[in-house]
This record gives sequence, C-alpha cells and structure tokens, in this order.
Amino acid sequence: MNNAEIVEILKRHVPASILAVEEFRGDLTVVVRRDDIVRVAEFIKTDSSLAFDLVIDVLGVDMYRPEERFEVIYIIYSLVNKRFLRLKVRLPEDTPTVPTVTGVWPGANWHERETWDMFGIKFAGHPDLRRLYMPEEFEHHPLRKDFPLMGIPDSLPLPRR
Amino acid sequence: MAARNVDDTRSSAMLKALEDQDTTVAFDPLENTMILNMGPQHPATHGVLRLLVKLDGETVLASVPELGYLHRGYEKIAENGTYHEFIPHTDRLDYLSPLSNNVAYVLAVEKLLGIEAPSRAQYIRVLVSEMARIASHLVAVGSMAMDVGALTVLLWTFREREKLLDVYDVLCGARFTTSYARIGGLQQDWTPQCTAMLTQFLGEFGKDVAEVEQLLQNNKIFIDRCEGVGYLSAEDCVRMGLTGPLLRAAGIPRDLRRDVPYLVYGDFAFDVITAKESDALARFYVRLAEMKESASILRQALAKLPTGPYNAMEPKRVLPKKERTYTKMEELIHDFMLINMGIDPPIGEVYQAVESSKGELGFYIMSDGTGHPWRMKIRSPSMTNLQALPLMLKGGMISDIVAIIGSLDPVMGEADK
Repeated sequence: MNNAEIVEILKRHVPASILAVEEFRGDLTVVVRRDDIVRVAEFIKTDSSLAFDLVIDVLGVDMYRPEERFEVIYIIYSLVNKRFLRLKVRLPEDTPTVPTVTGVWPGANWHERETWDMFGIKFAGHPDLRRLYMPEEFEHHPLRKDFPLMGIPDSLPLPRR
Repeated sequence: MAARNVDDTRSSAMLKALEDQDTTVAFDPLENTMILNMGPQHPATHGVLRLLVKLDGETVLASVPELGYLHRGYEKIAENGTYHEFIPHTDRLDYLSPLSNNVAYVLAVEKLLGIEAPSRAQYIRVLVSEMARIASHLVAVGSMAMDVGALTVLLWTFREREKLLDVYDVLCGARFTTSYARIGGLQQDWTPQCTAMLTQFLGEFGKDVAEVEQLLQNNKIFIDRCEGVGYLSAEDCVRMGLTGPLLRAAGIPRDLRRDVPYLVYGDFAFDVITAKESDALARFYVRLAEMKESASILRQALAKLPTGPYNAMEPKRVLPKKERTYTKMEELIHDFMLINMGIDPPIGEVYQAVESSKGELGFYIMSDGTGHPWRMKIRSPSMTNLQALPLMLKGGMISDIVAIIGSLDPVMGEADK
C-alpha cells in the first residue's frame, strides 16, 4: 500500500474531515479538522486495510504565527502495512484544546501529557493530564517559542538552605 | 519509607511527607495498604526513575512512575543550535548506545536534505549500530541478572562490553561520548586496526555468550524470579505502543531494520528474534539471541565492507576534513559557513526512525529553511516502554519490581530527554 492509496481510502470514507494532504520525502501528512481527530483516528485504526494500530508519537509544534499558532502531530504506524502516517491538527492560540486520542490508542497517554507540559495544549477528556517532566507548580510551557532558552528567573522554586 | 494505618496520626504525617504536589495517591484507611516510594535514587531503577507503589502486603496494587529527574530540555537546545551542533547531544540520550543515536540523528537530517552517505559510510554505520546494540544488550542482560541476584553475569558482560568500548576508542577517540556520525558521512574512517579488534572480539564472543547462558539457563533462582513475571499480552503491548525487544518478546515480529529498511540492512541475512511468553525471561532470551544475530551482521558487514570515500561530495552540507580547512581556501569558506550559518535545508518535515537496542528511536525534524531546526522531536523508546510499567507491575510481588524494570531496560537519559 502506497501513500496515494492511503489518501484515496481516507478521501472515500472521511472526506469532510480532511483539510489538506502533504507529502515530503515520501512522508505522508494528513491535516485533519480539529473536532474530527478522534473519528479519523478511530477509522484509520479499525479499517482493516489501513490498520494503523501502533501509536509512535504525539507531539506539539509552536508555529508562532497569528492564526492557528499550534500544531499537534500524531505519528502512527501500521503493523500490517509496515508504513508510517502523520495526522496533523491545527489549533488557535486562545483555545489550544484538542480531543484526546487515548481512547483509540492508550499509548498516546504520556505523549499527550508531554505535549501539555511543553506547549500548554490541553487534551479534552484525557484521563490523567498532569505534567510529565516539569514540576506541577511550574507555570510556563518551556517549548513555546516565547519561552527564553535560559529560562525565567525564579520560575522554579529551589530548595532552601 | 512506608506509611501504615496502624497509628493514624503518624501515618497521615508520613503520607503527607511522601505525597508531594506531583503525585496524588488515593489512600483508603479501611484498606490495609501501604505506599512505598522507590527512587529516584535507587540502584535497581537504572537511573533516576521514581516509582510510587501501593502495596497490599507484598502485592502491588497500583503504581505511578514519575519522570523528569534528568530532563535537560534537549528539544529546546536543538531549536537553538545548528544541525551539526546537536550531534554531541545525541550521545547523551541513550548513553549505553551513543553510536546508534548518532546514526539515527544524521539519517533524519540526511532525509531532510535529500542526500545519502556513500556506501562505505553506510556499511560503517551498520557496523557501529550493531556494535552499539551488542554493548547495550550486554548491559541490559547483565544488570537484569544482577537485579535478581546473579552478580557474576554483570561482571562477565561488562568485561565483554569493555572490548567493544576499546574499539570505539580506536575508531573515534572516545569510549562513551562518541559523536561519530556526521551529516553526509562520518567523522573519520574505519581502520584496519578496528577490523582486527572487532574480529578478535567476534571470535571470542560466541563462547562468552554461551558462558552467560550456561550460568543462567539452569539457574533455578533466576528462572523462578523471571518466568511469568511482568507478563503483558501482545494486544496490550500494541495498545501501549511498545517497540523493540519488548514487542518481539510478545510474539510480534516488528523490526524496522527489516520492515522499513534504512542504511544497507537489505544486504544482510538476519533473523528477527521473537518469543511468545512476553515475560521477563522471554525478554532476556530475546536480547541474548539478538546479540548473536548482531554478531552475524557484524561478520557479514566486515566481509562486505567496500572501499571508497566515507563522506558525501556535498561541500555545502558536509563538513570538510579539518586538516584541509587549514590549507585550502574553499574548505575554509565552507567550514566557516557551515559552522556559523549551518546547512540550508529545504522547508519541510521528516520523521526517520531506526531500530535501536531499546526499540524505535526516531527523530522528527521540522525545518523552516534556516540553519536551525524549527522543531525537533526525539521519539525515545525508553519513555514509551516505561508507560507500560504500571500494567506489568499490577498484581505482581514487590520483589518482582526490580526484575520487571530490568526486563524493560530503560535508560533515563533517553526517557527524560
């Protein structure tokens, strides 16, 4: 199964959810409408010819642009077809929320926690949306582009002597 | 440190000390449960993994792993440096197989650039990746045996690993932080001395692995402590996104070297090792057998190693040789531009994954056309594999915890990034 066939199946079954299809160096990226991500995820996992069953990664990107500032990218692998697929969702800055896909792929749990920790992107319906790396009382989201490389002074409480 | 509900005031104070703001553990005073804090500084957690375990007697009811004690923000560092500058940082991810991390990263950058290293470099990359796999599995096998009480094995496997580190030393001048691969090629060439040392290692290796196997395969204590421990069904392994030896020990033959070929793995004959039991013992045997397959790949690669250049002819992307930058004008200009401005990649995003010793190690790079990556995501196998730890621990005994963590073989440098 090649990329064109994957796109064709997606366009046949979930045409309204797909906003764009990008291909670069043989990697296929499908941009999905934000509210439809769970539906598309469910479809590509359960469809017997696609069977994208192994969640590889969920990551955020801060595009730092006025509209649709954040992107969430899902990297999924199909054990049957031995292929990777990327789904992409674009989010506005004021409501960076996307439905969780942990109901479809439970393995997305920690990846979504990491994305929340690093970008402040909320995953609606996530069972355990705590920070993964930073302490819970930390107020910032370090991988956002407006977070300085050297950190923010006094943002982390240090142990007292 | 433990809190029991024998004495109410004392237990609540101790529980309060145990619970910090990161973690909330539900505590029911009617249950005879105990909450145990394990790590982050614990010899059996292979680094700085912290576990909060809820126990009923000796049985684990629930557990919460806590990460972040080694978080260094590598993804942020990558965004603020050039593509070349990040290569030494990849050593510090999975510090038990730095060579294969270097290779994985440069493969991702090469995919972004659309260039390919010459065939000699690809063969050398296969050689170093498989050496890294053997070295890493030797530590995994040895430390897992040590965790369940067989100290001798660790000493023997470390003795073998030492020989490989000596090859690294001759190859790139460092035993641990190798930084060997370069975009478009390698830092320096494979030498006949490396071939001689590796051949000698391979000659002794079969006997040494057999010794380790003899020591453990009829060892009643070792078998009893590992067999059936940490079981996770194949469906659950896929659901949790496990990769590497853990997935193969559950009977799913996923190996990126064969399924999504990269480098020149198509030229070699090797088996993808699987087991059915999906317990700690099966993972141990999968790793042992994988080392033998890696040794076979090493022998084939040494026999087939082609001659020729080890760096691609791409002066605007590949760093020139250092001695030439001192004497040649063109090389000096390219060196200056590459170091100060970086390579000029096209705008785009790529994901490149390799089968590292722990599982799928992937680099996702989003480029905006400048010398710095706009976003770099490290897909680390250890972090994803640790996610399944609470499922494996549940219902087991407290003494199984160390065996299960040992069978997962996490490296926290990679899990915490």
